[in-house]
Amino acid sequence: MSKLHLYVLAGTLAVVGLGIFFYKTLFLGFPLSPKTTANVWNVEVRVKFIAKGKPVKLSVLIPSSTRSFAIADEQFVSAGYGLVATREEGNRVATWSIRTASGPQSVYYQAVIRAVKTKDPAATQKPPVVTPPVLDEPTLEATKALLAEIKAKSADTHSLVGTLIKKVNDPAPDDNVKVLLGPKPTISKKVETVVSVLQYGGIPARQANGIRLQEGKYDFSKKVPLLQWIEVFDRNKWQSFTPITGESPVPEDWFRWWTGSKKLVNLDGATSMSVVFSVTPKVEEAIVAAVRSAEISKPFLVKFSLFGLPLNTQAVYRVMLLVPVGAFILVLLRNLVGIKTFGTFMPVLIALSFRETGLLRGIFLFVVLVALGLSVRFYLERLKLLVVPRLAAVLIVVVGLMAIMSIVTHNLGGHTGLSVALFPMVIMTMTIERMSILWEERGATEALISGLGSIVTAAMAFLVINIKLVEHLAFVFPELLLVLLAGTLLVGGYAGFRLTDLYRFRELAKG
Amino acid sequence: MLSLISALRRKGVLCINKRNRDYILRYNPRRFYPLVDDKLRTKQLAQENNIAVPDLYGVIEVEGQVRTLKKILRDRPGFVVKPAHGSGGEGILVIDDCVNGKFRQPDGSIIDEDELQHHVFSILSGLYSLGGQPDKAFIEYRVVFDPTFEHISYLGVPDIRIVVFLGVPVMSMVRLPTRISEGKANLHKGAVGVGVDIATGRTLAGVLGNSTITEHPDTAQPVTGVAVPGWDDLLQLACRCHAITSLGYLGVDIVLDRTKGPLILELNARPGLNIQIANNDGLLPRLELVEHEHAKLQTVVERVAFARENFAVESRARKTAAAIRRKPQLSL
Repeated sequence: MSKLHLYVLAGTLAVVGLGIFFYKTLFLGFPLSPKTTANVWNVEVRVKFIAKGKPVKLSVLIPSSTRSFAIADEQFVSAGYGLVATREEGNRVATWSIRTASGPQSVYYQAVIRAVKTKDPAATQKPPVVTPPVLDEPTLEATKALLAEIKAKSADTHSLVGTLIKKVNDPAPDDNVKVLLGPKPTISKKVETVVSVLQYGGIPARQANGIRLQEGKYDFSKKVPLLQWIEVFDRNKWQSFTPITGESPVPEDWFRWWTGSKKLVNLDGATSMSVVFSVTPKVEEAIVAAVRSAEISKPFLVKFSLFGLPLNTQAVYRVMLLVPVGAFILVLLRNLVGIKTFGTFMPVLIALSFRETGLLRGIFLFVVLVALGLSVRFYLERLKLLVVPRLAAVLIVVVGLMAIMSIVTHNLGGHTGLSVALFPMVIMTMTIERMSILWEERGATEALISGLGSIVTAAMAFLVINIKLVEHLAFVFPELLLVLLAGTLLVGGYAGFRLTDLYRFRELAKG
Repeated sequence: MLSLISALRRKGVLCINKRNRDYILRYNPRRFYPLVDDKLRTKQLAQENNIAVPDLYGVIEVEGQVRTLKKILRDRPGFVVKPAHGSGGEGILVIDDCVNGKFRQPDGSIIDEDELQHHVFSILSGLYSLGGQPDKAFIEYRVVFDPTFEHISYLGVPDIRIVVFLGVPVMSMVRLPTRISEGKANLHKGAVGVGVDIATGRTLAGVLGNSTITEHPDTAQPVTGVAVPGWDDLLQLACRCHAITSLGYLGVDIVLDRTKGPLILELNARPGLNIQIANNDGLLPRLELVEHEHAKLQTVVERVAFARENFAVESRARKTAAAIRRKPQLSL
């Protein structure tokens, strides 16, 4: 019965831990490995022009957050211009104005855009009202004919849009399309035509304009091209279509800047305008990016996690959360393998200090320190001291030895020797004490076996916690502690042979 | 390795994890540990229940009482000084006799009163106790050991360890001191362990370290086939220790005195597993049989009879039956 209890408990812990873990990886996008990604872009629109001492008014369409991208931070930079941000036809517009200006002027709009994962909005939007475009005679006829033709060929709005885009892009267009597009049509002309045909047919459609925000490298010598695509209101929300292939939705890295056929920039009262778009992807640790984007979509979850702590406290937990991992390795080695160690958790603490010293140097320093401490302890043994003063004496000697070793290694030029100071000195003292008692009571062999066991265990624990992935998982997914706890409980319920038992009782297996 | 595991399973070898989890944790409630960890309490408890122990000469609890040492030792030819919380035979000082105010140890070395007092101080300061806690020292009767094992021990006192489970003796061995063990009867120090057939009280083959032996390494006398005198009394004595301590899984250490017969030396709440090697047999089938049957066994005599009937070396058939009855083990 207690076994069942144990399994149920361990199973529950593991399920809860893994559940949170999968939620964080799959839905919040927490990265499984400590890699870096570019999920943030610095986007800049720079408008240059030459003013002629007259009032200047400059309007720039600026983006809003979309479902896949959030605007984290934006800045409007200009010298002496007044700024008003308004909304026009669903777009945000920044309008800079000044009474008089002369000479070359530059105005910037800068934004930090971050990729986010937000849920699709509930489909409760009302369909927008369509105002059919006013068309001239040949265009009207062509539009009517084209609309009739594709309506006959398609089942619903979605397929209608697809057919229309295909028709418009046909390398050998029919007469109706030719009339609508005119000679040598550009993509924006095609988009315009599609939108106008759809609107005429009473289908809410609009042009969308934007840029690509890629993770890859940008060629900064080239200007960032503006993209146009089509958005159609269907099944209660805006669906996007690429202008050439009619693919829906458009690729995820297309960022909608504004909608409609308006120009990005409108300038009054100045000349020689140039507009430069630039995009700089920012590389940051994937986890930082994930936390930032979770801060936007799930602020509560981030606030009540380790990432909500001050940075120096986070650093402490980065180390602390490795202790359970080390302890689990220790449990495995002690209860499944049967390695003997001094003190239950001493090897874990030693493994932590190996992180600073490095493995081989750490083992060397540890052995030297214990050997020296042990010889002092054996000398003290002769004096037949009382227990607590004797322990304190060994502690004093250990601290002294650590100081001397640091000084010696420092002067020999090895600065890493200084890290001997990171060995937990009280633990070292107890190790020396236990080792000397074991030496006295059970002989040198037993003492050395346990000493070796401690070093092997510490080294194994170190090798595991030193894996970057382990550190990453432990810190980013502290819920895995529950899984570790479940594993530890299961080992605690293991009543089978240890590996060393097999050796110990091997005589019994013979008869 | 798998074949090794299955061979050990067939033999019913009890391993550390299982002993700790399924026997010590289950049958030895923590609150009864002080009864056996403090040898003075064990001794008093045994005396109250008419269980034979070496006579207590005196107790020294604080440094000031060391002055009474002389009074305690007056007219005692031999005695033993022990720490109440000692472990592994540490801190035990045996004195064979007193000559001109000096004390002679079994190996012939002589110490004076100052050295004796220093030893008592060391015990009081916790030098030999678990965890270095301040301790008490006590002085007791020095056992004059029975000639039974004289030819197969070196110096010290050979003792008999009987593992008693739920009041039924399940396995036993004699521990013979050797030169390597410096007269101590502890197996890990190099003493020889020799299994004793529960049914007959005769010794089986011995084990030194991890290997089987048939002769004592120092005296070259055969260790096998020695009959322990008064075996039934010994088993009954061991059984009665279960009732006074309430510990289900108990190791009883008995010494045979030439004139006083079997005396309880100490009790152990976590008896070691090497007894299985000395008996070349596993404990598990015996423990499981007792778990199954112990409710029917009311008196000490019944329990001893049950043990002698079921745990004889020859009665393998019964054990196999018990092993089959055993539930399949879940291995992780």
